[in-house]
Order: sequence, then C-alpha cells, then structure tokens
Amino acid sequence: MASPKRIKKIKFGLLSPKEIRKMGVTKIITADTYDDDGYPIEMGLMDPRLGVIDPGLRCRTCGGRPGECPGHFCRIELVAPVVHVGFAKLVRKILRSTCRKCGRLLLEEPIKKNYLDQIKLLTKLGQPCDDLVKNVFRDATKVNLCPYCEEAQMDIKFEQPTSYVEGGHKLMPADIRDRFERIPDEDIKIFGMDPKNARPEWMILRVLPVPPVTTRPSITLESGQRSEDDLTHKLVDIIRINQRFQENREAGAPQLIIEDLWELLQYHVTTFLDNEVSGVPPARHRSGRPLKSLSQRLKGKEGRFRGSLSGKRVNFSARTVISPDPNLSISEIGVPLQIATELTIPMNITSRNLEECREYVRRGPNNHPGASYVKRLDGRRVKVIDENREELAELLEPGWKVDRQLQDGDLVLFNRQPSLHRMSIMAHEVKVMPYKTFRINPAVCPPYNADFDGDEMNLHVPQTEEARAEAKILMKVEENILSPRFGGPIIGGIHDHISGMFLLTRGNVTFDKDTALELLKKSEIMDLSEPAGYENGKPYWTGKQIFSQLLPSGLNLTYRSKMCDNCKICKREECEKDAYVVIKDGNLLCGTVDEVAIGAFAGKILDRIIKEYGAVEAGKFLDNATRLAIRMITRIGFSFGIDDEDIPSDAQEQIHDIIMAAEERVKRLIEAYEAGELDSLPGRTIDETVEMKIMQELGKARNQAGDIAGHHLGMDNSAVVMAISGARGSMLNLTQMAACVGQQSVRGERIQRGYADRTLPHFYKGDLGADAHGFVKSSYKKGLSPIEFFFHAMGGREGLVDTAVRTSQSGYLQRRLINALQDLEIKYDGTVRETRGQIVQFVYGDDGVDPSKSDYGKSVNVSRIIQNVTGEEVMGGKSG
Amino acid sequence: MKEFSVLNHDMVPEHILLTEDEIKKLLAKYRISKGHLPKIKTSDPVCKEINAKAGDVLKVVRDSMTAGKALSYRLVIEG
Ligand SMILES: [Mg+2]
Ligand SMILES: [Zn+2]
Ligand SMILES: [Zn+2]
Ligand SMILES: [Zn+2]
Repeated sequence: MASPKRIKKIKFGLLSPKEIRKMGVTKIITADTYDDDGYPIEMGLMDPRLGVIDPGLRCRTCGGRPGECPGHFCRIELVAPVVHVGFAKLVRKILRSTCRKCGRLLLEEPIKKNYLDQIKLLTKLGQPCDDLVKNVFRDATKVNLCPYCEEAQMDIKFEQPTSYVEGGHKLMPADIRDRFERIPDEDIKIFGMDPKNARPEWMILRVLPVPPVTTRPSITLESGQRSEDDLTHKLVDIIRINQRFQENREAGAPQLIIEDLWELLQYHVTTFLDNEVSGVPPARHRSGRPLKSLSQRLKGKEGRFRGSLSGKRVNFSARTVISPDPNLSISEIGVPLQIATELTIPMNITSRNLEECREYVRRGPNNHPGASYVKRLDGRRVKVIDENREELAELLEPGWKVDRQLQDGDLVLFNRQPSLHRMSIMAHEVKVMPYKTFRINPAVCPPYNADFDGDEMNLHVPQTEEARAEAKILMKVEENILSPRFGGPIIGGIHDHISGMFLLTRGNVTFDKDTALELLKKSEIMDLSEPAGYENGKPYWTGKQIFSQLLPSGLNLTYRSKMCDNCKICKREECEKDAYVVIKDGNLLCGTVDEVAIGAFAGKILDRIIKEYGAVEAGKFLDNATRLAIRMITRIGFSFGIDDEDIPSDAQEQIHDIIMAAEERVKRLIEAYEAGELDSLPGRTIDETVEMKIMQELGKARNQAGDIAGHHLGMDNSAVVMAISGARGSMLNLTQMAACVGQQSVRGERIQRGYADRTLPHFYKGDLGADAHGFVKSSYKKGLSPIEFFFHAMGGREGLVDTAVRTSQSGYLQRRLINALQDLEIKYDGTVRETRGQIVQFVYGDDGVDPSKSDYGKSVNVSRIIQNVTGEEVMGGKSG
Repeated sequence: MKEFSVLNHDMVPEHILLTEDEIKKLLAKYRISKGHLPKIKTSDPVCKEINAKAGDVLKVVRDSMTAGKALSYRLVIEG
C-alpha cells in the first residue's frame, strides 16, 4: 500500500490541451456505454480503462480493485473549440485589453514595466495582486489605438453567458483562441497570470477532460436496469453533438447549420460545467429535474467543501423541537419515546447484570426498554430482531456487550446553538415521555437562551463510563447554576415563577390548611410549620410561611428587593412596600420574593443557598420553588387583556392636556428660535440647542402622561405585577400601551431624514414641530395615526438592523477570541500556559480565582461571614 | 531640563531589572527556562529608557482590577 505523503505546496493553473491529452488514458469516440451483453464498450464513456466501480473486477489501467483504483481521466476531442463558462468574464476582459491584430496588451511599454515590477514585488511578498490587475484591465480597456501596430480597436460587447460581439460581428471561439495565442508571455504576466501554468487560450476548450467513472458511478436499480449519473448523461449529449457537428462539416453543410451546431455544443459543455449560469436554460433530466453539474457538486452549503469536507456528523444524537414542562426537575429532560427507542447505550455484561441484560434483549428492539444489538465475545455484532430475541437472550454471557435503549435516569448532553458559552451544553437526566418534543423545565431556558416558539435542540448520548463520569462531574445542570462570567446564578425562575412567588409572598396573604398543603403538594415538603394564627377557630398560614418551608434551616439573609425605592432613610422591617427582605434561620420574616430573590441572572436567595449548601441543595430549592410558584399562579388565575390598559376618561383628558401643553411650549420654543431670541447652551450651536430643548420638553410630557396612567394601574393589574416583580416587561411598556408612546428616534435624534427639509410631504418645509419629527401622541391602545405609524416603523427598523449587525460582528469576534485562547491551560502551579509551555499569565486572572466558584468575582464575601457569625446584618458592598 | 521619560507616564507600569540571582530563583520557581517567559523587545521605549539588553529579565508590576497589584516577568529580546 502507498504510504501517506506530506503536501509541500499546491499550485493552481489551467490544464493545457497537451496536459489533458497526456493524462487521458483514451479518447472517447462513441456515445454508447454498454453493449447488449452489459459489457462496457471500449472508447465509450464507461471504458474499463477509466477505473472500476463494479466489485470483483480489476482496473485495466492500474490493476487496482474498486476502492484502490482512484480512477483515470480520458478526453473528448471537440470538433470546434468552445468557451469555458467559468472564465467567460476573464475572456471578455482580456479581449478588451489586447490588440485585435497583434495581440499585445494595449499599454505603453513604460506603463507595462511599472505594473510588472509591482506585481513581481507583491508576488515575492506573498500578497495578492488582484487590485493591481484590476487597474491593468481598467487602463487597457480605455485605449482605442494599439500603441504597437496602430490598429484601431473595436468595441467588444459581451452577451451572457459565452458570446462576444465585435462591431456587430460575432466572435467565434476559434477566433478568440487565435487572438489569445498571439499574446506574448510578458504581457500575460501583467494580467497576474503565469504563462507557464495558465495561457489565456487554454480558457477556450479544444479537448474536454472526461472525469473517471469513479466520479460518476452508475447505479443498478432494483429492476436490474442501469441508471447513469447526471455527468454521464451530459457527456453523452456532448459526444452526440460533437459527432453530428463533424458529420455536417465533412458533408459541407451551410454555415448557418454549422453555427447552430456550434452553439449547441457550447450549450452542452456549458451546462456540463455549470448548470446554473444565468441566461442559460438549465439542462434537464427526462423527468424534468435539472441535472447536477460539476460546479453544483462543489458549490454552496451542501457542496463538497462545506457539506462533505468541513461538515461533521455524529452518531448517538437526536434533534427535535423543545417545549416546556414545569413538573420536570431542572436537571431532567423529557425525551420522546420514539427517540429513546432509537438511541442506545452499550452495557458490558457481568455476572451481576446478566439477568437485566437478558430482559432487555428479550424485549427486543421495538418494545421500549429493550436492546438493538449484542456484541459477542469474538467481536461480532448481532442485530436483535423479533425473530431472534428469545434465543439471543439465552446465549448472553459475561463479556458480551448489549446496546440497550435509552431509559429514565440515563445521563445525556443537551445543547442549543449558537453554543456561545459552556452552559450551552449541559448534562440532563433522561425522562422518557410520550409525544414528539424534548421537554425541559423553563428555568433552564436562560443559559440555553431558549424559548418555545419553535426552537430545536440537540441531544447526545455519551457512550463510555468515562464520558458519563466527566459529564456528571462537570456538566450537570446543578453544577452550572453559577455562571463563570460573574460568579452569580445564571439559572433561576423566569416569568410565571417570579409572578407566582411575588403574589404568594407579598404582604400577608393567608391560606387555610387544605390550600397550604395543596400549594406545597408538588414540592417535596413533608411538613407544615405552626399556623400563623386562627380565624373562626380555623388555623391559617401566610404565604411567607409557606415559602419558608422551601428554605434550608439555618439560612440567614437580608437584602432589599426589586421594589425598593432606595429611600434616604430606609424603614427596614416597617417598609410599607414590603421591600425589605429578612430571612432568619430559614424563615422569611418580612419582604417579598421577586426577581432579585429567585430570578435567573439575579437570584440572591438561590445564590446564598448554592454557596452555603451546595449545588444539589440549590437544585432542589429551584425545583421546589418553581413548582410552588406555578401552583400559586394557576390557583390565582393570571391573565392580561386589552381592557387592562383602560384608564378612566378624566385621566385620558389629563394626559391629552399635558401633551397639548407640551406642544404649545415646543411651539413657543420654535418661535423664540426663529426670532433669534434663544440663547444657545454652552458648547452647542443654536440648532442643537433648540433640538435638545424640544426633546426635553416632549420627554417630560411623556413621563408625566405615563405617571398619570401609572396611578390608575394598580396591583390588581397583571402587567403591573409582572413589571414590579421583574417577571416580564416594564412600567414604560405599560404606559406606552395605556397613555402615550412618545418620541421615535433614529440614531438618538428626532427623525430628520426623508424629503428635502422635511420628513414627509405632509409637513411644511423647515417645520420643527413635535409631530413633524416623530413624536407619537397616541397610545398603542388608542392606535397610531398613519404618520405616527410610519415614524414608529422607522424607529423600530433601526433596532432590527442594529441587532442584525451586532450579532454578526460579535459572532466573528467570539470566533477569533476562541481560536486564540482555546489551547491555553491553567497548570497546577497556577500559571496560564500555552501548549509549548510558554507562560501567558503568571497567576490566572492576577488573583487565581475561578469566577464560577467565587462570590460575584470576589474570593471571599466578608460581610456574609460576619453576618453568619454575629447574626447582625451588614449592608456593606453590593453583594452584601 | 530632562526630556520626558516614559517611566513617568501614568499608563506605563513599573519595570525593574532582575539580577542574575533573582532570575535563577524565578526560573527555578516556575521550573522553566528563559525562553518560556513572555518577551519584550529591546526597541521597547521602556527598555531603551532603563537600558535593558537582550537576555535581561524585567519584573513588571501592574495595577490589577482583581488583585490590586500583579507581578509579571518579561525576557528582553533583540528587536
Ligand atoms: Mg426562539
Ligand atoms: Zn485504475
Ligand atoms: Zn496591435
Ligand atoms: Zn426601602
């Protein structure tokens, strides 16, 4: 067998007719492929010298068997030359910049020399000379008189895809070829080409190389009929036309017919090379399907390069749509039964699991926890089918292997693209479920950045004990609650989890025993605390008490919740908003649980539990808390509708008045500006000043309008609950719906673009007024006027464009960073080194701290320790 | 009057030339040879200023966001 060779360099060039003839093992002269007995015809397209594809035969050229023989080229001698479509544009450029008589480049000698020197320099430096060559063509095309033979040059029109017309007369490929042959070697170098490797006349084909049969294998259909590859079909066409052409020419057919045939030959060669050229009807199969040409095999996403060579596919994986299931644990994943029956895990049979393995094999491949393959001691794999499952099960003995189907409790990797950080792939425990989607707890959506609007995710099944151990230690969801980016939780409650908790713990909501137990039913809580009090002789519990059941005993924590206004003098426990949270010994004494307590990216309570009780406890808390919250919110019934944006008519009038007043003030500002009475602000022109003052005035008006609407939207409004608890949306969103949308902007300014001196023809030129520059008076509830709608669309479009641009840029930056840093390693002495042992950092991150094991980036949280020891609250740093 | 010196600039960290003895200790501490250290060229303004020659090792004391002060060492190379 040939030993592997090292590639030193790769050279690209054009094949000369000489080279094509030399490498071709034979000439193809007949369009027939097989004779009546099914043997390939000599000098046909399936000539046995082109290589072998049928098993059992040997190659007539190299003697290799199928798989060994690489295949061998042959050739078709074309009766008349044709243009290679891939070079049609270059042919045009060269035609236009060389003399039609003497063939020399239409540039004066000194200019040529200058260009040539520059090209030589760039080549020596290993840099591309494309831009320079572009200038050569640009300059030479402008010349109308040959500086050497003084021949007047004619204009050359290029007609897609491969015809050239010079002064009303069509240039035949033969003429072009003759012309190109006259170009001296020195001039070719100025085109950036190497005359030894690529002479321009080689772009006009006289001999067509025919790819070996290994590139275009024929397949035998079940009916025994042979079906040829698209390329073979195309080559047959070429040979037929070539023959007809020759016959006609020898018979002395009229010029018109010859030209038609020439055109036809050009068409077939073109569509053999590229069947997607614009201006050429694609060649079709008998069934009407367009044929797959050479260029289509290589081009594009599914082409040879991107699809076959750089593409990677992987076994033991699955992909489907995801949907939520709040009853699953965060560390679980619901796997459809169909997928679980397809994916397998190899099991080594020992004397201890022999019976278990027998049971899997006995159940066969179609009866869920079953087995699909067994591997015998001699290494042979036997497929388990319904017919042999009983016998196989009896044959099993220690040392064999069984591929058993995925079942509850197996550890699998779950992933969502784009995999930007390590939490994009985490290990989950399988829970086999009916239906066809992967199910996840919505609390793990943030690290994957997933939602359920049709997102799909991938699942991979580790196949070895080592892989499973590694996944379990490093990749379990619980191990990834803390983000290595900032040392705080990245997994946590979202949306309804937060609304539910908020409604449960705010103020003093009370529940009787039945309700309290029902709320806690799905959370793994076994007992209830002493009741908070008795009403009509019946005991009752507060929401805070119920939540406290989830907290580990001994937990102490004090912080201010999202609602806190940061009043100058904090009333602490007496805060009328219930925003001061105190947890003592695992009991929520006061305060409301919201986003800051259990939310993803925030989660103070969650953060404290994971740092003091560990990942497993934190995972349990999250499971329990999300289940409790969901029970609470379903119990209340939480919805939002169009009439939640209603505000009383006198409030609407107030809002209207505020906006009218603001417009009036803007009008006066403009009058003052036009009268030249406005003083400019320091460092601003007078134009900038008036813009700023108008923006300020209108912004103030929108805020006032929003405040009025806000007064009429209370805690009985679901959207307000969501905004205040941090579950979703903001008061701004809400007041835009109820009161006034406000100023639309593009590039941080009022809208200025559009027609000359005005945004739309509906306004006078130079109008500086509020509505002429994108102030939207209406609310979303009321509806926008057409002009407002247009401005709103302008503002909205900017946001869309920004995100599109940003994602592509940050994606590329990320790629470069990862490529630069991927091989760095933290050694046991704390240094960061690359693969050669070169030191990059003497102490990782200067302080040697792993951020995911840190407290918001700090190695020690002093105030936490003091608080735990003394029991006194220390409100020091941000994280305290 | 003395010309402006880069060493006085706020953004330029402190560079200290190590003695042969200190270099030996440093290399022993990390179990490396000189070549494994990060490099600095003799053409670097700081090297010119403190007259560091190829083969010398500089200790660089930088302000650090995470650790307050961070130590680093750089081998001076020709260039
Ligand atoms: Mg989505
Ligand atoms: Zn062969
Ligand atoms: Zn000429
Ligand atoms: Zn407060």
